[in-house]
Order: sequence, then C-alpha cells, then structure tokens
Amino acid sequence: MASHATNPDFRTRLQNWIPKLVLSPSLALILFFVYGFIFFTVYLSFTDSRILPSFGWVGFENYEKLFRLRHWDIAVSNLVVFSGLYIFFCTVIGLMLAIFLDQKIRGESVLRPIYLYPMALSFIVTGTAWKWFLDPGIGLEHTMHLWGWESFEFNWIKDRNFAIYTVVLAAVWQSSGFVMAMFLAGLRGIDNEMLKAAQMDGASNFSLYRRIIILQLRPAFLSAFVILSHLAIKSYDLVVALTGGGPGRATEVPATFMYSYTFTRNQMGIGASSAVTMLLTIVAIMVPYLYSELREKK
Amino acid sequence: MGFLDIKNATKSYGELEVLHKVDIEVEEGEFLVLVGPSGCGKSTLLNMIAGLEEITSGEIAIKGTTMNGVHPSKRNIAMVFQSYALYPNMSVGQNITFGLEMHDVPKPEREKAMNNVAKLLQIEQLLDRKPGQLSGGQRQRVAMGRALVRDPDVFLFDEPLSNLDAKLRVDMRTEIKKLHQKLGATIVYVTHDQIEAMTLSTRIAVMNGGYVQQLGTPKEIYNTPNNLFVATFMGSPSMNLVPVKIVKLDKGIAAETSNAHGQTVSLPFSSPSDELKSYVGKTVILGIRPEAFTDPGGADRDASNIVEIDNEVIVTEPAGSDTFVMTTLGGKECNARMRADVQVKPGSQARFAINMDKAVVFDTDTEMRIP
Amino acid sequence: MAIASSDTAIRTGRVTRFFLYLVLILFALFYLLPFGVMLVNSVKPLAEITGGNMLSLPDVWTLEPWFKAWSSAQIGVEATGLSPYFWNSIKMVVPAVAISTILGALNGYVLTKWRFKYDTLIFGMMLFACFIPFQIVLIPMARILGLTGLAGSTPGLVLVHVVFGLGFTTLYFKNYYQVFPTELIRAAQIDGAGFFRIFQRILLPSSGPIIVVSVIWQFTNIWNDFLFGASFADLDSQPMTVALNNLVQSSHGVKEYNVHFAGAVFAALPTLLVYIVAGRYFVRGLMAGSVKG
Repeated sequence: MASHATNPDFRTRLQNWIPKLVLSPSLALILFFVYGFIFFTVYLSFTDSRILPSFGWVGFENYEKLFRLRHWDIAVSNLVVFSGLYIFFCTVIGLMLAIFLDQKIRGESVLRPIYLYPMALSFIVTGTAWKWFLDPGIGLEHTMHLWGWESFEFNWIKDRNFAIYTVVLAAVWQSSGFVMAMFLAGLRGIDNEMLKAAQMDGASNFSLYRRIIILQLRPAFLSAFVILSHLAIKSYDLVVALTGGGPGRATEVPATFMYSYTFTRNQMGIGASSAVTMLLTIVAIMVPYLYSELREKK
Repeated sequence: MGFLDIKNATKSYGELEVLHKVDIEVEEGEFLVLVGPSGCGKSTLLNMIAGLEEITSGEIAIKGTTMNGVHPSKRNIAMVFQSYALYPNMSVGQNITFGLEMHDVPKPEREKAMNNVAKLLQIEQLLDRKPGQLSGGQRQRVAMGRALVRDPDVFLFDEPLSNLDAKLRVDMRTEIKKLHQKLGATIVYVTHDQIEAMTLSTRIAVMNGGYVQQLGTPKEIYNTPNNLFVATFMGSPSMNLVPVKIVKLDKGIAAETSNAHGQTVSLPFSSPSDELKSYVGKTVILGIRPEAFTDPGGADRDASNIVEIDNEVIVTEPAGSDTFVMTTLGGKECNARMRADVQVKPGSQARFAINMDKAVVFDTDTEMRIP
Repeated sequence: MAIASSDTAIRTGRVTRFFLYLVLILFALFYLLPFGVMLVNSVKPLAEITGGNMLSLPDVWTLEPWFKAWSSAQIGVEATGLSPYFWNSIKMVVPAVAISTILGALNGYVLTKWRFKYDTLIFGMMLFACFIPFQIVLIPMARILGLTGLAGSTPGLVLVHVVFGLGFTTLYFKNYYQVFPTELIRAAQIDGAGFFRIFQRILLPSSGPIIVVSVIWQFTNIWNDFLFGASFADLDSQPMTVALNNLVQSSHGVKEYNVHFAGAVFAALPTLLVYIVAGRYFVRGLMAGSVKG
C-alpha cells in the first residue's frame, strides 16, 4: 500500500526555493539601499550632523530650523509655482497635441518623434540649450534686435521675479511630448464603435471630446499627474544647468537646497530633514497611486 | 486498487475549500471525463493529478505509487492544454521533442519517436513550421503529438477542443476517440461540454461546487442521474422537470399533475420501487427526457408503458431532424421531441406520448433521485 | 448620415484641418528650435555667435568647436576635452544597463510565473523605490561608497544605477510576462524543464521587444543622470553630463559658446541615436510603464 507521503520530492522543493533565491539579491539591494538608507536619513534628520554624520539626538530641532529658513521658504514656494505650472502646461499641451494628432494627420509619423525627442535628452543638455537661447545678450532677444525689433525684451532668465518661469518653459519643452504620447495611447485605446454611436446620437465633435472622450482618459490623466509631479519634485539637473539656482536664490528648489546644505554648507542635519520632507511629499502622492495600481492588477 | 487512484483528494486555498474529498479509481485504458460548469473544481483536480497544484490532503497515486509532492515531470504524465501551450519560438518538431530532450533522451531516439508520432497524427509536413503558422486544428494535433511522444502512463486533457470552431470540434472529437481506441491509453479529460463527455468517455465524473455529483458510465449518468443537478446538466435540451403528486391507483401508483388547461393528468409508473411507493400523497419532481416525450407515432415501440395525453402547443421549433414542441405540465414548460414532419401548430391541441419507462423521480427537498 | 468607414470616427472640416496643421507645425518648430539652433551654432566660429544672429546659418562652416569640445576643451582644471568623460559614461552605462536588465527580467519572471505569498508586497516595495526623491539616499550612499572604497569609482556608480534602476526594469518585465501564457510554463514543467531552463528556452526567446525597451530606458536614464554623477564620481569616473556642466559653467576665460554647443551635442548624441534607431519601442516602453490599457 502506498504511503501517504505529502513531503515534496527534492526537485519540487528545489523548484520552490529557486524563485525566492533569484529574487533575493534584488530584494536585498532594495531593502538596504532604499529602505535602509531612508531609515538612516530619517535618523540623521534628528541628529546634530554637520559635515559628517554624527549621532547626537536633537529631536525636531533641524525641522524647526528648516521651516524657519527663508532659503527653504523660497525653495518650497518655487517648487509650488514650478510644479503647478509645469504639470498644468504639460497636461494641456500634451492633451491638445494628442487630440490634434489623432485626427488622421498626414505626417504623424514625422511629427510624433519631433515632439518626443526632447525626452531623450539630458536635462544638462536642455539647460545648456535654453540658457543660451534665453540669454538676452546673445539669444532670442539679441536676434530680434538684429532683425530690427528694437523694443523686444525677453530677459526673464536674468530677472529674479521671472527666472523660475524659464525653468518651467524648459521643463515643459522637455516633457510635454511625453505626456502627448501617453494621451495618444489613451485615445487610441478608446472604442471607436462607441464614438460612432455617439455621433449617430447627434453629438458634435466638441461635445464628443468634452462629454465622452476626455472622461475616458482618466487613467492617462492620473498617470501623467503622478509622473509629472514626481519629476517636478526630483528636478535638480535642470535648475543646476539652466540657472544654477539664481539669479541670487530666485530659482532655488528643494532638490538644490538639500544638495547645497548637505554638501557645501555642511549642515547635514538640515539637509537630511529637507530630504525627508521631500520624501513625505512624494509618499503622499505615490502611495495611494501605487496601491490602486497593484490592487487592480490582482 | 486502480491504475490512477484519487483518494479523498481535497484542495483548499487558505480557509476556502474548493475540492472536497474526491474519490475516483481509474482503470488502465479508461477514458474518464470530468465534466461540470466553470468553477466546479474539475480543472483544479486535473492540475492536482498533473502536479501543477499541490494536494492539500488525501492522495493521488499512479500505478500504486503515491504522487503527492512528486514533480510534474517525474509523474510520467502528459498534458494537452486548452490553449495548446505550444512554445512559440520552437518549430513543431522541437515542440514535440522538447520533453524528451529535457529527460535526456538521445537525439536519434527523439527523432524516431517524433517521426512515429508525426505519422500517427499526419503532421509530418508541419514539423519545420512555427506554431504561429498553424491553423487551430493543426495546433491541436501538435499539442497531442507532444503528449503522445512521451508515452506517458496517463494523458491529461484540459478542455482541448474548446478553442476550435464547431465543425472542427466534432472532427477532433472523433479523432481523439479513435486514438484512444487504438492506443488503449489511460485518459483523464476535462470539459464543460456534456456532449463531449457523453461521446468520448468510458466513465464520467459530473462535478459541481467541488463535489463529484455522480461517477458512472455515460449511460448510467444519462438514464439514472443521481440528483437534479446531474439531470439538468447532462443532456440537451435538458430534462423536463415537473412537480407531481404521487397518488395510489388500483394497480401501482401514478404521478398526478395538470396540463395547460388545468385538467388533471395521471401518469402511472411502470414498476415503482417500494421507496417510491412510500411517497404516496407527497409531491416529488418527475423527470422526463425530451425524447421520452413525443408524438404517439414516434413513441418507442419497445416501451412497456406509454401514456398518451392531450395538451396545448405553445411553441414549435423545427430543428431539421426533429421538431421540438413546447407545452406545459404542472405549470412548468416542457420540451417534447417529435418527428420532424409532425403536424402541430402553436396554440392548437396536440396528442403527446410519454414513455414512463424512462421517467425518473426526485425528492423535492434533497433533490436526490428516488430509485 | 455619416457612415464612418475609416478607423477613426471623428470627422473634421477644412478650416478646422488647416488650423490643426498650423498648430501642430508651430509646436514642431517649438520642439525643434532650441536644439536645432544649438546644432547649427556649434559649427560657427565664436565671433559669428557673439556678434551675429543665432537663427542664421553659418557664414563660415567649421568643425573646430567639435574637435575642441572632444579633445582639448578645458574641463575643470584639465584641458582634456570631453572624450575621457564620454568613455567614463560608456564604462558606467554598459554594465549598469546589462545588470539591471538581467535582474529585472529574472524578477519579472519570478513575480509573474512563480508567485508566492507576499510577492505583491515585494513588487510594491521595488516599484516604490523608482519614485523616491534620490536626495533621501544621497548622504548614506556617500557614506557606504566611502566605507567600501567604491567612492569616486565607476563600479560604485554602476552599483548605484543598478539599485535605482531595478524597480523600473522589474516593472517592465513583470508587465510583459504577465500576459505571457502561464500554460506554456506549465507545459514546460510537465516536459521536465526547471526554473532556469524554462526561462532560457521558453521566455527569453520571446522577450526581444521588452529587452529593447528595458535597455533603452535604462540607457537613457543612466546616460542622462547628473545627480549621482555629480555626487559620487571623481575625475576618473565622472560621466559626460557632469563634465558638460563643468565645461558650460566654467567661469574663467572667454565663454566659447560654440564649443559648449558641440559638447552638448556630444552628450545628447548616444541617447538621440538610440531614440532614432529604436524610438518606437521606446514609446511603447514608456506606455508599458505608465499607462495601463
């Protein structure tokens, strides 16, 4: 009589273990370098670290200092202005171009890569190009003057009050094509039969878009919002290359603030607390999004 | 002890038990079909035999050796999948021999086995093609070839015909049956199609809700269904079920119900069992297959007990070979299968003949058949 | 009544179409202009840039700025040109892309075809790692690289990029393998193939498109990275982006715009080339990672 062995044979057991073993290096890397490091930085933000990490516990002192710093204030309000405008213009331009391109446009295959290519560039390259393009001395303003439009003035990049908008301009230039591609993919996924049905019901093109199509792009809107806000908060390279945070501190953002406090001003505790603040902002946006994504996929 | 033994096999996911103590013994050369609606546990059971899903408790043994915990490749089984699961990047020939290669069979032997199988299934000319270049029927053959080449103890089929169109499905069904007769292989076959189950099997296990509702030959299942579920699931159009009252007659007992006009109809039983007699005065459910409910001229001449009644015709559905006539008995719609050129009109009266030899009776509460 | 036979149901009039094309072309100019003008000006002598019109074609065509940017421009303290940094970037990008793609493929394979308890949680943790602001890891990362002797070295940068690229590559492969029929894996199991053989013989041969996507995505991201390069590299491991920034931001001497532009073009060239060659996959990859359905 056969025994009631329920123990898997060696091969089955091995096959059960291999997947976990294969996954474990990645998991270890992520646990250590991401979650371990986050923990470490959070810890540092409660210490009196200056040029090097030190472990004297100071409680919320760094955060109190941080929130009193005028420099941080500027960085945060710049980020609010920048990300608001950046997300708004990228979405509007991206959606508009996607809708226009979706009208059976001849030459779509030429236009699409032109809209998208800035995405492939480094922010440093983008910054280099725009910095010069916007430089009143030799760029656009200068060219307009040479063409005889003497009164043309476009010196935002040198103007404390307007410099942040040049960062918006360059960032929108770089990312709006990508948003266009996301919306275009969304539009192409909409069921055409439903649109035909709506047309038979007498809907005009405008109301078709307003009442039906744009509502169906909800997932694309959500993804665009999440990705753009994440890019906005991380934006470091572009500011460094385009304005270097200037003129003065006019275009300082939290990412540049963190870098300069930690590595050049030797205020590591404050730098850490600013990084934690940035992380918390991202968490507030990303976690609900990731949660819903992962749940849906089940 | 059978060739393939399933003893008290139970499957649960966490708290949820999806398969409850299944007990089936399959003899060598048998063609067992597991049939049931989706979610009844039939595929789970098949995957457990294959080793693709663990057995929570109980035992599955092949040739007397327990297979619990044994890796799928070590069970000497082969499986044909619903989607055929042909490896898209390999040629037909490579698909067929992949399993042998994995079992370290030397190349000349692999080639020989492949050629034999290709010849058997008449797919020799396809050996160099990729699965993407094949039609549905050809893929089906290749999938079977991949199973055959392994010469396994048990073949497992997971709804292999459900992706084919109706015509091809019938052809392939015949082909599988021929193959079984020729090779005498032991087969466990999962389907939700009761016609496939009836035509192919030597035995059927009708499953529902994780339980085997009835295990038996196609004839047993069809003629004496264990319960209402089996009665309605097997057969198309399905069995007519009429609530009737058991009444005592001078000789024996009868089922009493009413026709479309509310007139009482009495249907005497041929040879009622004592158990059925004990139901006198109670209401039960009478089951009559459509082919046992016909026009007087079309009634079975060998039957001992044909009851003729008059009733109203509601709808007629000519189906070419037969005409289905709808009427009501006991307030329930009933389907009668009449000869093709029978002259009945909706709304008019017609004479029906009921073959009470074939009638079955179910308990209203337990839904089990009363023998 | 309009019976639409075409694949889009929307119909537009003539005036509307003219307007559509106008807007689309204006935007094309907007996207082309800064980089295109920079490209044109990189082959002008310096005097033509400072004195002339940026939108005009060069009077004198010269490749001098390109040569200078490549081999002799002053970067930081040394006049090496960008070429050593270009190779630094290559040495960093190639292994980082290869390792993160291989790990991502294996992770995606495990997470879709060998599911186990808590696998969704593990995937969620990996995915979240894609989205953290990197500032949060800068300080400890600098410490660890210092302690392990990897600071300022190319292997150190490779490690950093592998860690922070893993989430994305895993995401791509997971999405791709998710729709790969599980029955194929089961068939191969019954045929006797194990974990690695199934991967190598069944999955990998069908993974071409997603490998392209992962490689392009990682290549672009790592090549274009500035923050990690600026934070953790020293002279003999500094990537192209950092060197370009040093070149452009250098405050001494005359600003040689044409050399800067040529340098920027060098820095953009590899990713642009990849994008031109395999752009269609790139877009598809971005979709896979961001928009579902």
